[in-house]
Amino acid sequence: MKNDRRHFLKAAGVATIGLAATATAAEAGIADSALELVFGPKGAAPYADAKTATRWGMVVDTRKLNAESMEKLIEACNHAHNIPKLPLRKPHDKFNKDEIKWIWEEEFENAFPGQMNEKLPPKITQNEVLVLCNQCASPACVRVCPTKATFQRADGIVMMDFHRCIGCRFCMAACPYGSRSFNFKDPRKDGAIAETNPEFPTRMKGVVEKCNFCAERLAKGLDPACVEACEHGEMVFGDLNDPESEINKVLRNNYTIQRKPEAGTKPQVYYIV
Amino acid sequence: MLEKALTGDKKYWGWIGFLLLLITVGFGAYLRQYTEGLTMTGLSRDVSWGFYIAQLTYLVGVAASGVMLVMPYYLHDHKAFGKITILGEFMAVAAITMCLLFVLVDLGQPMRMMNMIIHPTPNSVLFWDMVVLNTYMFLNIIIGWNVLQAERKGVHYQAWVKPLIYLSIPFAVSIHTVTAFLYAGLPGRHFWLTAIMAPRFLAGAFCAGPSILLLIVFFLRKFTSFDAGQKAIRSLAVIITYAMILNVFFLLLELFTAFYSQVPGHMHAFTYLFVGLHGGYNMVPVMWASVILAVIVLVLLIPAKFRNNDKILVPALIMLVLSTWLEKGVALVVTGFIPNPLEHVNEYLPTLNELVISVGVYAVGALIVTVLYKIAIDVKAEVGDVAH
Repeated sequence: MKNDRRHFLKAAGVATIGLAATATAAEAGIADSALELVFGPKGAAPYADAKTATRWGMVVDTRKLNAESMEKLIEACNHAHNIPKLPLRKPHDKFNKDEIKWIWEEEFENAFPGQMNEKLPPKITQNEVLVLCNQCASPACVRVCPTKATFQRADGIVMMDFHRCIGCRFCMAACPYGSRSFNFKDPRKDGAIAETNPEFPTRMKGVVEKCNFCAERLAKGLDPACVEACEHGEMVFGDLNDPESEINKVLRNNYTIQRKPEAGTKPQVYYIV
Repeated sequence: MLEKALTGDKKYWGWIGFLLLLITVGFGAYLRQYTEGLTMTGLSRDVSWGFYIAQLTYLVGVAASGVMLVMPYYLHDHKAFGKITILGEFMAVAAITMCLLFVLVDLGQPMRMMNMIIHPTPNSVLFWDMVVLNTYMFLNIIIGWNVLQAERKGVHYQAWVKPLIYLSIPFAVSIHTVTAFLYAGLPGRHFWLTAIMAPRFLAGAFCAGPSILLLIVFFLRKFTSFDAGQKAIRSLAVIITYAMILNVFFLLLELFTAFYSQVPGHMHAFTYLFVGLHGGYNMVPVMWASVILAVIVLVLLIPAKFRNNDKILVPALIMLVLSTWLEKGVALVVTGFIPNPLEHVNEYLPTLNELVISVGVYAVGALIVTVLYKIAIDVKAEVGDVAH
């Protein structure tokens, strides 16, 4: 009798563990299928022609950029990622408080505040530059996120899980580049997204977002939208760990700077000025 | 003991009714924010934390009022505080409840709050802040309730409570330290990136928290049967004075480092606070009001002759609470975002809806304090522990 009870308890215990394991697998299964929709089937190379690297990086050649090309690159990104055009919150606001932006123009002195001096040639300081998430190798945003909603992939890309983010905005306080935006209101309402791109999810209100180096396009073997929109090699994208990659050739042959290297975040976006 | 909160005179019920009304109005405002999103606040892409998180910061300080009584009483056997440690503990419970509510109303996706527990992330300071705040709150509920219950029964509280009391002391220090670490470890925010942030939080807390407590003690002495005793009041006033001196001293240290070094990033935020920066002046009146009040407070508190006069002490305490609130509960959080990482000055002012929600949260805190203090005072009256 006593023995039977012990057996029963043992069996019950095993059954409970089994159930828990099944539940976890089921949960993972759901998550995988959702990820597969965007990134392709699970495995080393989601799609046969996916672009892969061990450390993605970018070079922005500001010498080649002008107002027209910058607008084009920004537009390509905005469309690819369903970035809403939101109006001013109040008509008299001095700046757009609800604004979402992944890649945008800044003056040289704002993009590189510590590297500005009055005697720099005007062709450098008067040029606007493109700024975006630096996809830092040591990202402060990932360090502070309390839910791992923002995380770093093995290839260095810093990603956002829009479904896990609780909207605490700690990552926005942590980012030394102001690269993150928060959905203060529902971006799907009021026709803020002119033409929805079905290849990338729209967001809900209350979550943070930022540039993702077009991880969803890399998975399909495409270049990032901004890079693809370049006509004269204004942006070079590639594997920083591959000595033969084009990006490494550009980096070897040009003097480049980074935004706020003193912040210790190890930005993976380099600028030729 | 809870039944004590259910009996009271007209004034008591009037006050409770008033607080419930404020809570209802605040909740209504929150529903609006919940539906529309945080666009209902004055927050923006550039100033992404504002009034809510600033109140969290200030109230973490208020929660410390407990430890300034508990430590002298239990570690230094300062008997005078025996009667009022319970007030400090219950104050901590209310303050931390407000802290947690202010975090909740600040979240973009509050329904996902439990993600912090489902996906625990020890490298996030916010995770640790949640841990220490909750632990400190539960410690104070357990300790306060058990000690009061023992007092009512005329016995010594149970032995297992004692280690919890000792544990609550480092936890009180930890809630400030960890909250300071929310700010002090961010690479791009010069204003916050200072090792003295935690000491500043502690100094501010150890003067503001006990000041609020002491003001309540004066209120209770006037309107109820509860008298904390002259000795406890005088001791607490001395603690407040020293903590306020340190609080002002630490701010001066920040100013020295910023302006003697002339490092632009260190100066910007202080320039914004005291004279404005690139056309942004919102915090200038706030900061100057805080500084002027702080100076008056020090003049009124440091000489024993003034401090020992209740007619001077009470207004001095009110000014101290206001001064520290303007500095930590308004300026400190907002200024960390100005100028932004791209050196643009984009300012912040809370909206009406945001303020109404905040008043609602404060009303919840006031309700908790009222109910818990009512219980404590009735119990003390019952066992005859009220000196007149």
